Order: sequence, then structure tokens, then C-alpha cells
Amino acid sequence: MTVQQQTLRQQVLVLYLASSALDARVVGWSTYDGTGATSPTTGDSDVPPYATGLDALKDGWRLFQAAQLLPPQPGHEYDVSFLKHEFFFEKLV
Amino acid sequence: MPHPHRKNLLTSVQMAHFVATGSLRMDAVVPEEMNRQAIEVLDNGIPGVPYGTPLSEAFADSEFVQRLVQLPEVAGAIHSLVGPEPTVDHHAVHIRKANEGEAQNLHGDAIIDVREDAFDVQLMYYPQDVTLEMGGTLSVPGSHLRRTNESDTGRYQNLLGQTRLVCPAGTVQFLHHGIWHGGRKNDSSIDRYMFKIRFNPTVRQVGLWNLEDLYDEEVARELGQTFPWYENATGRLEIYNRVKLWQAITGDDTYDPDYWVTRVSNRPQRVVSQRSVNPHAKKVIA
Repeated sequence: MTVQQQTLRQQVLVLYLASSALDARVVGWSTYDGTGATSPTTGDSDVPPYATGLDALKDGWRLFQAAQLLPPQPGHEYDVSFLKHEFFFEKLV
Repeated sequence: MPHPHRKNLLTSVQMAHFVATGSLRMDAVVPEEMNRQAIEVLDNGIPGVPYGTPLSEAFADSEFVQRLVQLPEVAGAIHSLVGPEPTVDHHAVHIRKANEGEAQNLHGDAIIDVREDAFDVQLMYYPQDVTLEMGGTLSVPGSHLRRTNESDTGRYQNLLGQTRLVCPAGTVQFLHHGIWHGGRKNDSSIDRYMFKIRFNPTVRQVGLWNLEDLYDEEVARELGQTFPWYENATGRLEIYNRVKLWQAITGDDTYDPDYWVTRVSNRPQRVVSQRSVNPHAKKVIA
């Protein structure tokens, strides 16, 4: 009997949320497909894949990283820069 | 370059729109006859100019570009945004080939640029009708004041409320130097052309437009708008920063319609407490 080992590949979903709460609304998104079946890219959609981060969990995405909450650097409290509330999800397929 | 007629300068409402969004769009402002000529001109290339060449000298060898920047509405916008006799930082012809499979990462041009009382603008001219499939420039309204460096934002593929440019032939848009943008993938069978010029101001950018409507209510409405991709808390900081920019370019540091700047700047210096309330004061013994 031959045992075939299946290689799992990672699909990654990055969601940017309106606050640090995981059930906050999605304001930005990126996807990367480790299977190579799709090629998501910059500016390819105006419609987010989920309304909130929680909706992604409900659809089977596993959260593996959330942005830390960091206080602003003294003297830079009013600066705006990168999106703060970044959540990484994965599916293994 | 001659001074533009007052009627062709931007209004305060249009300037406030630029300060809030980081862009200003003029649909089909270039005549059809020039658009027809443009593809051949751009295919042949526009002669390069040294950094910092005055606009009036920069395109001596390109009659087409001279006509473009002297169109009354275009010249009025350039004057309103960066003032008389700006210098040309650089220019470039961008061609996204038909069925080109790559999109640019979201980026800001040049390097991180945190000037609070000055800005460059980039003129982008589209000589063809641009459809969604042709991959018109992606830009993110209200991203221009974010302090990020070039393509460090490349991880962001899509932001809610982003602009995927679709426009009629002859459209010109002006972008603030800091705006997040990128050329999108061209999924059509038509090569897409865009010509851009970056302008540097040579004067203080204060009150360069038509100021008649400076305190129109619509100015405050433009400055107070928010965008779908803003996070709840950071969105408030965006308005703070754009009011600071508006104060810088109007010279009026009291203008603060939603009170975001005034509230956190309020540190009164007047002292009214009297010595008699000082618990450490020596008691006078009779």
C-alpha cells in the first residue's frame, strides 16, 4: 500500500479593521494564495471579502496575528501613518 | 507664464477639497484635438529636463506640453496650488501595455515628505477614455498626510472607498505629493497612456487661489469629510492634520470649524489663585 503525503498550502487574508476590536468593520484587505490558483493584486476589488473580522472567523479563517496596541511616540501623538489594526488570517488547503 | 485670469483660479471650496482628499480632478479639460495628437507625441517621448527647471523654460522643445500647461483651467489650477513660476521636478510618460499582468504596489512618490506648510503637486493627464479594465490609476482619497515612505504601503491591496480612475479622454488630475497611488493592471486590449509632471513651488503657498469664498460653509464641509477606509480614531487625527494644513495655506490659524486643533492647544497662562489659598503660606501670629 502506498501512502501519499499531502502538502498543505497556506492562503493568507489580511484585514484592516476600524478599531482594535476583532468584530469591527473591515476598512482594507489583502489576500495571498499559496496554492497559486488565484493572483490577487493591488486595486483589484472595491468590495471587502467580509464586513468584519469576526465574519472571517465564522467562515473558517484562523487568526494567527493581530497588531499590538502601541502608544504614540512622545511628540508624535497627532501623526498619521500606517493602518493600526491589522489582522492576519490563514486557511490551510 | 502669464498670470491666469481670476475666473480660472481654483475656488476656496476646490482648494479645501484638495486639502481634504489630496487630489483635484478636471474631466475632459483638454480639447479633443489635442487628445488625438497626444498618443503620437507621447510615443515619441517628451525631452527630459534637469530637476528644478522653471516651468516657463522646461518645455521649450515640446510645443504640445506648453499648450497643455497653458490651457486656462490647467494654468489656473497650477497657479492656485503651487503659485507663479513653479519649477518642474521631473516628468514622465507612463504606458500600461495591453493585458499587462502586473499592478504597481500602493506607494507614495519619491521619499517620505513631511512638510507641513508646503507641498508639491503632480499633474496627471489621460488622453484616452479610461475604462475600469484599462487599469486607470488607483489612488486613496485622504491618504496624502500619512507619514509613510514610498512602497512601505505595498502590503495594502485594497482600501474601502479607494478610487480606481475611470475618466473621459482629456482628463487631468492633480495629486498631492504624499497621496498613496499606483498604476493598476491593464486587463484590456488597449495600451493606456498617462503623462505626468511634478511641480515644486517657488513661493510660500499662501492664498494663491480665488479667495472670494474663503469662509463659505462648503469649505468647512470639505475639510470635515471622512473616508470609508479611515479607522475611527485615526480619522479624527486626519481632520486635525488637514485643518493645520488649511491654516498654513490660508494664513488664518484661528480657523478650526470642528474644534479639533483648538481644544488640544488650549493651555491658558493666566493665573487667578490668590496667596490666601496657599496652604503653605506662613500664618501671621498677632
